[in-house]
Amino acid sequence: MFKFFSRNRSKDKLKERLKLVLSYDRAGLTPGKMEELKAELLTVVAKYFPSTENEYDVKLEQQGDRMILVANLPVSKES
Amino acid sequence: MEAKAIVVTSGKGGVGKTTTTANVGAALAQLGERVVVIDTDVGLRNLDVVMGLEGRVVFDLIDVFEGRCKLQQALIRDKRVENLFLIAASQTNDKTALSESHMLETVQALLEGGFDRVLIDSPAGIETGFQTAASAAQGALVVVNPEVSSVRDADRIIGLLEARGVMEAKLIINRLRPAMVQRGDMLEVDDVLEILGIKLIGIVPEDEKILISTNIGSPASLDGSVKSSAGTAFRHIAQRLRGEEVPYLNLDSNKGPFAGLRRLFGGA
Repeated sequence: MFKFFSRNRSKDKLKERLKLVLSYDRAGLTPGKMEELKAELLTVVAKYFPSTENEYDVKLEQQGDRMILVANLPVSKES
Repeated sequence: MEAKAIVVTSGKGGVGKTTTTANVGAALAQLGERVVVIDTDVGLRNLDVVMGLEGRVVFDLIDVFEGRCKLQQALIRDKRVENLFLIAASQTNDKTALSESHMLETVQALLEGGFDRVLIDSPAGIETGFQTAASAAQGALVVVNPEVSSVRDADRIIGLLEARGVMEAKLIINRLRPAMVQRGDMLEVDDVLEILGIKLIGIVPEDEKILISTNIGSPASLDGSVKSSAGTAFRHIAQRLRGEEVPYLNLDSNKGPFAGLRRLFGGA
């Protein structure tokens, strides 16, 4: 079955929203707390990698039965 | 489903728990099981009116818990269906009158007294009412509507059931509207299954006959009652609970929303 995203099927939007909100619900974390976590994580990482870029991504993923926190933090080594 | 004591729950209110309890209970009784349905929504008694038994309530569940009557006295026999009984909720107490230990005792007594199945209609929410209803159950029917709040709440309730050790939980997708699914404006069955991750036991379409059946107080799943696609779906759920493999109804003649259904045959 094709998913015609260009047709703006409202249920597709819902599915994405539900997956996101449920990942937070299941982890017992609110999106607000997630933002705090991200900011704090960045502060800690910046202590060791002072030139950590601003393009970072921290999210919750479902892997089977487990919720995993995945952080992508591009860091550049100063030579 | 192996479980003899089954809680019918959802989290979200108004999605069809009471309708499901009444209809599946009636269908199971018609299939030969000795069934008692119990309304645990203290203060908001509903199962009795949905079944058309409101005129027969003398004693209720809290009367049983507090020893004001014998269990036998609270059992209302449905005169239309052999082996179908109701224990009504209390209309005058509030949830402080509930007790998990009394609930457990009551359900045990019912099963030891010869009932094949106890269907426990849980109230909405995740608090005392739900906790009490779930405390005596080994299995659960989780009722969900294919819409945002219901799915979110169903997810939560599934987690809570697992935490309580209610291991056999099966999903009923209720109030499906095939035309909306086909237009892409309602979640498909597969979407809901993917999100919630528990096994399906029934798909019940939106059906005006359900309102009619509650108007007259006669569950739509009863044979000879108002002919109803939802009623048929509830009968099929009862059959699957008993281990029969019943194919899911093709609710749309164009095969649109159900072409993607991976599981065409259901079993409990």
